[in-house]
Amino acid sequence: MSRTITARRKSTPKPTAANPRKPVATRLKRVLRAWQLYVLLTPALVYILIFKYWPMYGVQIAFRNYNPVDGFTGSPWVGLQHFVRFVNSYQFGQVLGNTLWIAVLGLLVAFPIPIILALLVNQLQSERFKKFTQTVLYSPAFISTVVVVGIMFVLLSPRSGLVNNAIQLAGGEPVFFMGSAEWFRPIYVISDVWQNAGFAMIVYLAALAGIDPALHDAAKVDGANKLQRVRHIDLPGIMPVITVLFILAIGNLLNVGFEKALLMQTNLNLSTSEIIQTYVYHAGLQQAQFSYSAAIGLFNSILNLALLLTFNWVARKANQATLW
Amino acid sequence: MTIKTASEPQRTLPASQTVAKRTFSLRDKWADSAFNIIAITVLLLSIAAVVYPLYFIVIASVSDPNAVYEGKVWLFPSGVTLEGYQRIFADSRIWNGLGNTVIYTVLGTAVSVTTILFGAYALSRKDMPGRKLLMLLFVITMFFDGGLITKYLVVRDLGMLNTIWAVVLPGAVGVWNLIIARSFFEHTIPNELREAAQMDGANDFKFFFKMVLPLSKPLIMLMIMVHVVAHWNSFFDALIFLNDDSKYPLQLVLRNILIQSDVSSTGTTGGDIESYAAAQRIAELTKYAMIVVSSLPLMIALPFMQKHFTKGTLIGAVK
Repeated sequence: MSRTITARRKSTPKPTAANPRKPVATRLKRVLRAWQLYVLLTPALVYILIFKYWPMYGVQIAFRNYNPVDGFTGSPWVGLQHFVRFVNSYQFGQVLGNTLWIAVLGLLVAFPIPIILALLVNQLQSERFKKFTQTVLYSPAFISTVVVVGIMFVLLSPRSGLVNNAIQLAGGEPVFFMGSAEWFRPIYVISDVWQNAGFAMIVYLAALAGIDPALHDAAKVDGANKLQRVRHIDLPGIMPVITVLFILAIGNLLNVGFEKALLMQTNLNLSTSEIIQTYVYHAGLQQAQFSYSAAIGLFNSILNLALLLTFNWVARKANQATLW
Repeated sequence: MTIKTASEPQRTLPASQTVAKRTFSLRDKWADSAFNIIAITVLLLSIAAVVYPLYFIVIASVSDPNAVYEGKVWLFPSGVTLEGYQRIFADSRIWNGLGNTVIYTVLGTAVSVTTILFGAYALSRKDMPGRKLLMLLFVITMFFDGGLITKYLVVRDLGMLNTIWAVVLPGAVGVWNLIIARSFFEHTIPNELREAAQMDGANDFKFFFKMVLPLSKPLIMLMIMVHVVAHWNSFFDALIFLNDDSKYPLQLVLRNILIQSDVSSTGTTGGDIESYAAAQRIAELTKYAMIVVSSLPLMIALPFMQKHFTKGTLIGAVK
């Protein structure tokens, strides 16, 4: 972002940059001269106004008792009633806890793995093996969430699944993975790594490719071994990318994998698999409690935004790369 | 053993190694060998962890369901049968879902890619007044959104529920894709080119369609592929916005069969426990085949797409 701003400053002629309050007529002329650009932008602009800003405007139903006749702005105002009801409901602790559990576990496990994989792949000397590894590891990203969850159900099936067959072969008792609350989180996180680690790795590999090979050569001359070079050259070299992706991951902490959680839900694992967003879906779209679930959704969005801003601020204090 | 032989010849390849040899202590050489062995082992294990489940599903899909059930299938198919595939091809829901998915994918991709390319080009033009403010309007939506419920109500108020537009429009423009496209235009279309075209009397439309788009083929390819994959794989919008079975895309049909499975999907009803169990095994077999059939198109296309996707992440990284 900052790059584009500086670039713009350079390209704008000096008087306009120094004097933002130029005559209205010249301004209007510039706008009119660019009318074709505005025409090109119109579809995208109309799209975000209708599908992003209109729903945002509609979020006020979280403070109202929505009914279809009165719409977003006409329904009776009830203040924080829905928020209070959610916070006091017995599901609150469970749903929030489940969300945080999955999010934090996902971040701790799923965030570092692509970095480690990228560092290892980058050290491979055979270009062909490098390319092969890359292709294989990121292919699961192209399998749909539905199919990935479908794969879980067939492979983890208690009677005929591959995993339980292996367990029984080793003399163990079959486990009903998809129907047990304890197994939901591990399966969720492992499948996340399985599906997405390879794809996430690509970004880090791109960043690693940008590191000056001269640094490695110099370090080799100084007698640094591979591990030392990875630690002291590669890792610091991709740190800005890691930081930015980490902040983005934090900003999406409570949004991740909602679709997968929904697909993985069975009546038997609800006590760990019901997260904020699946709860919004159930309460809102299946039970038509629009205002109540919109309030929960808003609670989730605000929490997310707060996390993002906090970590961006922390990163700036620590002199790391930031989003803006 | 194989690992060691694989890594050994490569280590001697770089010319700089000869310089390194002088200063390298024996301990460092050991450390490097250990690093290589560990790296290659970890990567081979990762590859196996990714490939084996997929491989198993492929062999299970052509094996005798009883052998799979009894855990006799590990590395090779046993008692080869194509019954699972035959059942899928006879299942009208699958064909119908596939047809819908193709329609949604083509239309959705066309809408998304056009909107994104047009919008991103306008936003890439530094001489468009209000550019910064307009860009901000887009960026804000990345960090805050109205949530599922209000989105649903908006789509409902627009009268789009249970129409094709409900799966095409609400997710049409990803701001992230817009940013990637914008930075592609900023970095590949030189200002001088535009100025020269303007001298020759080309207006913005003409310049965009005649010069910019032909120069942006890699970006267009990337955008098309991103959206084809996304539409092919999406189910959630269809789940909340469509309520007519005949309009379901493939993924939603798959979800109903694979995940919310019911034995009736095999077409066998009633009968004794023996035939019930048999029916269930056939149902499992069908599931394996279904996973293969539904993932195959993208897996086949993957090697062709990879080049463009890697390029895409690089465009994104330039930002």
